[in-house]
Amino acid sequence: MSKPKVIVIGAGFTGVATAHDLALRGFDVTVVERGDICNGTSGRTHGLLHSGGRYAVTDQESAIECVDENMILRKIVPQAIEPNGGLFVAIDESDLAYAEEFIEGCNACHIPIVELNSKQALAMEPNINPKVIMAFTVPDGTFDPIRLALAFAATAKKNGARFRTYTEMEQLVIDGQGNVKGIKIWDRARDTHAELDADLVVNATGAWVGEIAAHAGAHVPINPTPGVMVAYDQRLVQRPINRLNKPGDGDIVLPQRRMMVVGTTSYEVRNLDYVPVIDSQVKLMLERGEELVPGISKTKPRGVFTATRPLIGSGSSGRSIARTFKCFDHKETDGIGGLITITGGKATTLRAMAEKTADMVCAKLGIQAVCITKDTVLASYRDFYPNN
Amino acid sequence: MSAIRWTVTFQVFRKKGEQASHFDEFKLEVDPDEYVLDGVERIWAFHDHSLVYRHACHHSTCGACGMRVNGAEKLTCITPIRDVTQDGGVVRVEPLRNFTLVSDLAVDMGVMYKHMDLVGQHPVNLDTNEAIQPEARPAGPTVDRPDYLRLSDCIECGLCVSACPITASSPDYLGPAVLAGAQQGGILGDAQVFHLVDSEDGVWRCHSAFECTAVCPSFVDPGWRIMDLRRQVIAESFRQLFGGSNPKETGSKEASK
Repeated sequence: MSKPKVIVIGAGFTGVATAHDLALRGFDVTVVERGDICNGTSGRTHGLLHSGGRYAVTDQESAIECVDENMILRKIVPQAIEPNGGLFVAIDESDLAYAEEFIEGCNACHIPIVELNSKQALAMEPNINPKVIMAFTVPDGTFDPIRLALAFAATAKKNGARFRTYTEMEQLVIDGQGNVKGIKIWDRARDTHAELDADLVVNATGAWVGEIAAHAGAHVPINPTPGVMVAYDQRLVQRPINRLNKPGDGDIVLPQRRMMVVGTTSYEVRNLDYVPVIDSQVKLMLERGEELVPGISKTKPRGVFTATRPLIGSGSSGRSIARTFKCFDHKETDGIGGLITITGGKATTLRAMAEKTADMVCAKLGIQAVCITKDTVLASYRDFYPNN
Repeated sequence: MSAIRWTVTFQVFRKKGEQASHFDEFKLEVDPDEYVLDGVERIWAFHDHSLVYRHACHHSTCGACGMRVNGAEKLTCITPIRDVTQDGGVVRVEPLRNFTLVSDLAVDMGVMYKHMDLVGQHPVNLDTNEAIQPEARPAGPTVDRPDYLRLSDCIECGLCVSACPITASSPDYLGPAVLAGAQQGGILGDAQVFHLVDSEDGVWRCHSAFECTAVCPSFVDPGWRIMDLRRQVIAESFRQLFGGSNPKETGSKEASK
């Protein structure tokens, strides 16, 4: 019997990790991506490998996903991770008041933390705000976005997956009963058109899942929520510095190579293909970043960028939406067969998102195959190219 | 960012498959503090969806968006339009040289990546920066090596390879990115890497133009590293001439640990 054919649309974090999982489970996998690897939201992450500390009070489901996946990624893709740890710092009384909830939350989510006094925190990070009252160490890290994705893609390719980059999905091919049977594609590099058939199409397009699903008349409750980040040209801290408080704007300063990245904000947009930078938010990043690392004002902005998070939900907006992920079987939600959508989540949880998606693919196509991605060390990201 | 608006003409290199190449022009109203990549992205989003270009992080950590801008190699995500043209001026964008063209502005860097692996350049390096006090350093990989791991400075953007006049005339030359990688990985513990670096397509091919160092956006300084490798190769060759043992034949290096 020939292998069941699965098309994955999108080669961001979710798409490449799903392709990797499906290839290991024996599927015939084709990934279709309109740009190159990681050219949407995934590339434009600040690169924080979450310990889960950020969500330990407000969103414990996400926090547990983060800490568990953080530990797995350190094992399977050390080539893309700087395992530098992280600090949550209390600067004012409101932060201090949050400490008790934070400790409880971290304990409930098995996130290992160590409490530091002001002197210990400043010895560890001499450039943080000298007003620091207390701090906690957490197992945060910094990851390299493109190389994280390329390592998954390279491993998927070794296991037989094909990657059609610079290839845009033009249409879903739909049969007489309204079920998805394949896709029509436009190869933008060669300017050619073709049709690919599939037993199942996985929509892994992040913030764009609503637009793709709409081609089949399906609906996904997605709230694309951009945020601004600013990279500064000096590295004044050696590990991510988080504000010890509820998640808010500009409350993370992250070291990335010889830079620092301050993030982020939260707003709403209409056109996802080009999200403009909002000046007032850039200013806000500097002000808020300075509260954590006062020396930022003496550094120069090096890059200003936006990324659009794929948050799931409806009604509520921005910060209040959970950061967890969800897989939708459009047979159940819209009566449309042959199409599933995976979205939401965070870079840190890419592998878990892929596992859940591949489980659903297996269930829908009647395939018995277990997930082994937790224990599969990834190939070198450098094996991905040349592609095609 | 500012409230000022400039009108600039982007002249964009185009090529699809076997078709002949040409330039397309797009007149854009821009904020001069926007980056060249923002302009390219807007052309794709609003003017011509067939434009192929590579980009990911938009803050100089991934190395995907290198292009030639008005004749010079630039990481376009951190190059303000103000730095390369003027109001009413031209921004000519072309793909990097000395790589295989994929389409339009995108090139394939597979060969450079493979060579980086061959010389043992590791994307996560030990940081031995002594300016960082011991108590400020995150834990190192082992007790013996307390230096901590840090993402490498080199982002493999290929600007140095495109700018190198020698690579243009000698395609087999290892090139500045790879030689800088070998210098950071260490060449003396591995005979295969040593011989590769000491070969005619290694450090001796370089003519010290230092174009690589001039265009490097990530503080790697490949030109200096190639000169340092030469010193190491000469010193090692003398040592062997006077009876020192050869570097170990360990096969290709896995990591700079």
